[in-house]
Amino acid sequence: MLLPAVVFALALFVYPFTYGIDLTFQPLPGTQQQWGGGIFANYIAFFKDPFIFDSVWITMRLALPAALFNVLVSIPIAFKLRQKFRGKRFMSSLLVLPITLGTVLTAQGLLIFAGRQGWLNRFLIETGIISEPLQLVNNYLGVMFSLIISGFPFAYLLISSYLSGIDPALEAAARTLGADWKQRFRRVTLPLLAPGLATTFILTFVLAFSVFPSARLVGDPGGATRVMALMAYRSFAEQHDYGMASTIAIMMGVIELIVIAIVLLGRSFLYRGSTGGKG
Amino acid sequence: MKVQGEVAHVTASAFDSLQLKNVGRSFGGQEALVGLNLTIRQGEFIALLGPSGCGKSTALNCLAGLLPLTRGEILIDDKRIDLLPPEKRDFGMVFQNYALFPHLSVEKNIAFSLHMRHLAKADIARRVAKGLALVKLEEHAKKLPGQLSGGQQQRVAIARAVVLEPRLVLMDEPLSNLDTKLRLEMRTEIRRLHQSLGLTTVYVTHDQEEALSLADRLVVLREGRMLQVGTPEELHNNPANWHVADFMGYRNLLDLRVETVSGGLARVAGNGLSLMATAVQAVGVGDTVRVAIRPHDLLVVGSGVSTEERNTIEAVVNVVEYQGREFAVDVTTTDGQNLFVQSETAPVPGDAVTLTVDPGRILVYRSNLDMSSEESELAQVQA
Repeated sequence: MLLPAVVFALALFVYPFTYGIDLTFQPLPGTQQQWGGGIFANYIAFFKDPFIFDSVWITMRLALPAALFNVLVSIPIAFKLRQKFRGKRFMSSLLVLPITLGTVLTAQGLLIFAGRQGWLNRFLIETGIISEPLQLVNNYLGVMFSLIISGFPFAYLLISSYLSGIDPALEAAARTLGADWKQRFRRVTLPLLAPGLATTFILTFVLAFSVFPSARLVGDPGGATRVMALMAYRSFAEQHDYGMASTIAIMMGVIELIVIAIVLLGRSFLYRGSTGGKG
Repeated sequence: MKVQGEVAHVTASAFDSLQLKNVGRSFGGQEALVGLNLTIRQGEFIALLGPSGCGKSTALNCLAGLLPLTRGEILIDDKRIDLLPPEKRDFGMVFQNYALFPHLSVEKNIAFSLHMRHLAKADIARRVAKGLALVKLEEHAKKLPGQLSGGQQQRVAIARAVVLEPRLVLMDEPLSNLDTKLRLEMRTEIRRLHQSLGLTTVYVTHDQEEALSLADRLVVLREGRMLQVGTPEELHNNPANWHVADFMGYRNLLDLRVETVSGGLARVAGNGLSLMATAVQAVGVGDTVRVAIRPHDLLVVGSGVSTEERNTIEAVVNVVEYQGREFAVDVTTTDGQNLFVQSETAPVPGDAVTLTVDPGRILVYRSNLDMSSEESELAQVQA
């Protein structure tokens, strides 16, 4: 029974992964010459070549704020959408819709709407609010918008479900004990929600960190949004340096793991037991 | 109420009376509560009793402020409080599933309401210690609720609700999740707490035994309406209508017709029976009525023994249930009427028996539950 699963895991994950790691230790002669270090040349190049190494900070600069924004903004919205109100279903569908669109369609939409000659700029110029078009795409902002549009529904759905997993009687009990909404949030809801928030942050962050098509489509791939995934692609497809491509990919994984480890460490200090709700 | 460093009682002062005036709540077209009128005096233990869906939990939640009223008012000493949110009412509440904060220790759970009032640390510590001693959980102070048994969690919930000695304590079927033995123990605990703290309490339950043993006064509800209010004895011995009688353990409810009426007595007949009974509500000759008899009041006499001037019923025994001290006997009369008898001796299934009943213990009620204006008035006064 276990055999097919093991074969599956081996073939689709373990083998390519180890093959990839293996590749990183086979630097091109050019790399070795430039950076030295024998089989570790790829790694040395990674850390010493500013063109490559800067991409770490560039990607982090996009992924961290996007993940934080998605998680933090989801919280009040998830709270508000707990109560029934007219058009609730419409609003919920609207919030979740972007997941279905995909990166390319989102990028297309952003360019049409927020581009230099897009609807937004034309409207603002024609009504005289601004005189020069706003640069909202083909830069850092464009990619940030794209990350938020595609990441928010995901974070919202997760946080919504964590929230509904908290027994509503707990909040009722807190009210009868004299707690106003601020106190309830700080002492009851937030502590119980925190582990879920940590998990959501990790997932949203990993999603955002691997940003690729939007960095090209609505970003500035040569400069401000030269993300790690783009660098890996460049090594792979343009320079045919498979070793370096693998190295960048591996380092992406390592950095994500470091961030995940930090968050999980923090999370381990929180109460992670049952919160009694029906989910 | 910010009280820093004050050692004296910080509770809202006890009230004289809490009044529910024509309280009603409807939701989505359904009327969960209608015309609830009740005056609760300070220190009273009031039980709200009724079957599922009768509105008792709704009434409690309305009192707590967790549900808004659609009609009526709630007043404390003639001041309206139904517009206040729960956090401002100074009531304590014990929930059916306890609703203990899972991430806080027993101590911190109990201290919660004290923290909300920003009391001094020393004061909080003192009150928490008192609360723990009250429910005998001192050695579990630092544990998390998940590490406690059901009964212990129950006690934490109670301590948490009463630690501030609130002016009203609300309990929503707190014992229904416990096993029988624990339920009986906790019942005595709750009674003891009420005697020692004297806090006004409103207690919701569907268990008539619980209500009878704990309450100073009972309110029986059905489909959102009050049926009767009174002391346990009053309700037990003199139920106002057949539904209350049903709930108070008058298991035998017979649909019979009135043949004669004179004074408070009526002769009712049907299904082969002819009995002299007490008319609790006003009935007329020819009316179809519901007659209530308690299983305990049906006495088994030897077959064939004549008992003049007393009601006699001939029947055959079907099932005999052993209940420790007594037997629950199910019999059928010669005309097919099923009756439940509670007897100290066990007849043999298949035997013929003669039952006799005191006319004072056969209660005749109108079949429909609408109260006459006289009865409504009486209900208002008692409430």
